[in-house]
Amino acid sequence: MQLFPCPFCGPRDETEFHYGGDAGNARPDGADVPIERWANYLHMRGNPKGVAREVWVHMNCSEFFVMERDTVTHEVLSSTALDGGHAQ
Amino acid sequence: MSAKRLQSGGSAIDRSRPLSFSFDGHTVTGFAGDTIASALLANDVAVVGRSFKYHRPRGIWGAGVEEPNALVDIGGATPTTPNTRATTEAAREGLVARSVNATPSAATDRNAFLDRFSRFIPAAFYYKTFMWPDWHMFEPRIRAMAGLGTVDAGWTPKQPSAQVNHHCDVLVVGAGPAGLAAARLASEAGFSTMLVDDQPRAGGSLAHRDGEIDGRSAAAFVEETVAALLAAGHPVLQSTTAFGIYDHHLVGLNQRHGDDRPDTLWRVRPRHIVLATGAIERPLPFANNDLPGIMSADAALSYLRRHAVLVGRRIVVATNNDSAYEVASALAAAGAEVTLVDSRAREIPGAPAKVRVVSGRRIASARGTMRVEGVTLDDGTRLDADSVAVSGGWTPTVHLFCQARGKLAWNEARAAFLPGDPVKGISVAGAAAGAVSLSDVFATAAKAVPGEPKGTVPRSTGSEATAGIVAAWPSRGAHGRVWIDYQNDVTAKDVELAARENFVSVEHLKRYTTLGMATDQGKTSNLAGLALMADITGRSVPEVGTTTYRPPFTPVPLASFTGSRRGELMAPVRRLPLENVHRGDSGVFQEYGGWLRPAYYGGGEADRSIQDEALRARQSVALFDGSTLGKIEVIGPDAAAFVDFIYYNTMSTLKPGRCRYGFMLAENGVVFDDGILVRLDEHRFIVSCSSSHVAAVHARLEEWRQDRFGRAAVYIHNATAEMATLTVSGPNARKLLETVGLGLSLDDADLPHMAMGQGIHDGEPVRVARVSFTGDRSYEISIRADRAEPLWARLREAGKAFDAVLIGLEALMILRAEKGYIVIGKDTDGTTLPHDLGVEGPRAKRQNEFVGRRSLFTEEASRGDRLQFVGLAVPEGEAPLDTGAHAILRDGGNLRSQGFVTSSYMSPALGRPIALGLIRRGAARHGESVEIQHLGKVRTATIAAPCALDPAGDRLHA
Ligand SMILES: [Zn+2]
Repeated sequence: MQLFPCPFCGPRDETEFHYGGDAGNARPDGADVPIERWANYLHMRGNPKGVAREVWVHMNCSEFFVMERDTVTHEVLSSTALDGGHAQ
Repeated sequence: MSAKRLQSGGSAIDRSRPLSFSFDGHTVTGFAGDTIASALLANDVAVVGRSFKYHRPRGIWGAGVEEPNALVDIGGATPTTPNTRATTEAAREGLVARSVNATPSAATDRNAFLDRFSRFIPAAFYYKTFMWPDWHMFEPRIRAMAGLGTVDAGWTPKQPSAQVNHHCDVLVVGAGPAGLAAARLASEAGFSTMLVDDQPRAGGSLAHRDGEIDGRSAAAFVEETVAALLAAGHPVLQSTTAFGIYDHHLVGLNQRHGDDRPDTLWRVRPRHIVLATGAIERPLPFANNDLPGIMSADAALSYLRRHAVLVGRRIVVATNNDSAYEVASALAAAGAEVTLVDSRAREIPGAPAKVRVVSGRRIASARGTMRVEGVTLDDGTRLDADSVAVSGGWTPTVHLFCQARGKLAWNEARAAFLPGDPVKGISVAGAAAGAVSLSDVFATAAKAVPGEPKGTVPRSTGSEATAGIVAAWPSRGAHGRVWIDYQNDVTAKDVELAARENFVSVEHLKRYTTLGMATDQGKTSNLAGLALMADITGRSVPEVGTTTYRPPFTPVPLASFTGSRRGELMAPVRRLPLENVHRGDSGVFQEYGGWLRPAYYGGGEADRSIQDEALRARQSVALFDGSTLGKIEVIGPDAAAFVDFIYYNTMSTLKPGRCRYGFMLAENGVVFDDGILVRLDEHRFIVSCSSSHVAAVHARLEEWRQDRFGRAAVYIHNATAEMATLTVSGPNARKLLETVGLGLSLDDADLPHMAMGQGIHDGEPVRVARVSFTGDRSYEISIRADRAEPLWARLREAGKAFDAVLIGLEALMILRAEKGYIVIGKDTDGTTLPHDLGVEGPRAKRQNEFVGRRSLFTEEASRGDRLQFVGLAVPEGEAPLDTGAHAILRDGGNLRSQGFVTSSYMSPALGRPIALGLIRRGAARHGESVEIQHLGKVRTATIAAPCALDPAGDRLHA
């Protein structure tokens, strides 16, 4: 059981969180976005071995945030509220 | 008599509290403080079980959790618990213990003949021999002959296991000298500390080994240290095994209570972990080294000092290291005739008093049938013995260290793997770190506590243990059967066979021979097995390496992990505010998408009741509890733009007080949910999503809000549980409501179809939405959940004049299917796009962005042969189609699917079956016949429009 630091609630059990995708996977808008670009956004994931920047949501407070963690050692390196979040 | 209880002594037992229990039907007597094993030894029971594969008689080997042989099924007052280690289980009055894998008993086992055939059944014999025609043909009988304890299929917990979460600065595992010293130092340094130990009493080796600490007895040190820890408020748990270290320093503990209570699971999250887990004694390799009466030397000393049990009268102590000298000395002092056989010729301790020492010799074989009768040394000398106490050296208990990704380092001088590079947040102390003398033990304990040392490190003031050892591993080509893994019946010859067949990797060795795969996980055997493999393959022990250490360290009852999470506590259902009222009306409840809802009312025969409800709903008026419908509020200056983005349909053009039906798509374009959106005012909407999708829709709205719109622009509030929604539907719905009085005009000019009005009932605000899931004129009345009951009662009362009918979800499903209204996930699947459901407009016309938009313009989305939503009609008089049946296309000799039936019911209003389905190119094929196949039977259906009743929609306004 890992401990994830919610920027709003502090360290909590991993079962309270859901994975939200790679951080920085910006959504391209428009009906004419090149299909490769859209497919990348929709399907392609980095799945890095080592340091990963990911979006997570803490189900208890519903807040999304960015977490940096090591996928090999499971060490959590940082967690940051999204823009406009009210992390303390 | 060989083993016996001495007249005095025994630090663990209370002679004033005698007890008795049964083992294989015989009465065994003992004292409070006995384990099952110590009581069996005191009663001179030599054979306590039969081995896994060969049904060899086996006796007690150890005195702790490492025990490979003495497994018993425990029953009596409590349900049976299988494979309990007799060496750790407290003896209790009235307990019923049975040996494992023995019929009828360990002493007289009818499968014992298997041992005579053992040379024909080596490792992997079963798999190789019973391959043809099919292993599974033979498996049941082989499994019945092999194995250990028996699971009680009727087992139910008397009470759930408690589960405790605990946080502390320092968790110390093991209450031997190292653990006690570390815990005391941690406490004195100001750390909140927890000390856990798997023995019933603290002390570890101090409870039976010599030692003097700070000029006082070891017993005094143990007692005072524990008292000091408790006085300072630190928990000290005995009979508690730390079975696993998980991510981020989560430590799992299983606490046994020694009575009828189920074990307690502890989840401890310490900042720092001190592993003072000790070391486990290894057997020595010689032929028949598994005979009952051959046991760990340290265990023999433990039983003598803790339980006053002398394990034999004529004892051979065999060793390759210094630690057995103290054992030989103590056994001799207690009155046994002791011969000490040391495989080393030089640099050995002096002979203890009354002990005959034979040095430079080792045991070649043991003899005896149901218990050991003597040994033969490698020079042919025969010694008679009723008990053999052996020490093959010590294996540090590094399981938890390795589970936490610690790496081991081979230490040739100690003939053992020791903890290697340190792991952050974990330190190892005492025998687990390779310390032997008490001085060394305390030094490692002092270093194990984080921070600057503050307290006083205990000092060893007595005689000190020495670490001399010369490794004695099993060797190639030994005569007779040399047992390595007692519990899984693996011999040295099996390891040699594995090597011959090229299973030389340690992981292959394990799986091929099952070495170390039994419930003891090879605590006494793994090292001997891999040392032999190293010898055979010309490698060093560290080159062979160890297998991966995984939790649990010892078996943990599943009940501990389960705790209270059973049944509804494992998967709670959501309940209607009016559940009790519906039960009063004989509502028959079923779970639908996580909600417990009435399927139908009246408790009559299900089909007839449902048909009757659906028919009467069309005739006059129906009352339905729709409280499960999602009610998620979207509020804020950007609310209109937000719902435009969230929905496939344009929603920002909706006027306040009006409702609109729409789809939500996933980003891959697939229809994710459907429902009504209500606009309360300029900046306030209510998303009324499917009952079973509320949590998922809410999560999705939050995600887009935070990711795209920002917290200040939109606020989202899930009010689903706050409000009850009561639905009145049918030709007489309005008339009924007019007699109730909801404080608003029900005139169609004021409240047309797809409008929403605010009213008041009995002083309580209500929202009345004129939306319909039945195709009839309908009103959904939403009211505070805790005020819903009087309104429902009022509707029931008013309904009497109109022959109103209560309908459950099953009738509602028929009503909506008659109208061709979809249920997402039932009439759609994970590929259904909105235009497959006939809703093409937004895709063609919308110019602004919405979720899933780009995915509607892929090659796949534009295919002409997509599965499209249709109705399916069958000839009158026929039964309804089977849901899930496929429409088939005959392609030469092959059948290919061209879609399937998604919903199918008997329609009481139409007097014929109706069905909905997804059919290839279905939208353009209305009127065509298709063959529908189900379980080999083929029927014919006609493709039709989805709506079978009132296609013009007149009933909405009737
Ligand atoms: Zn949170």
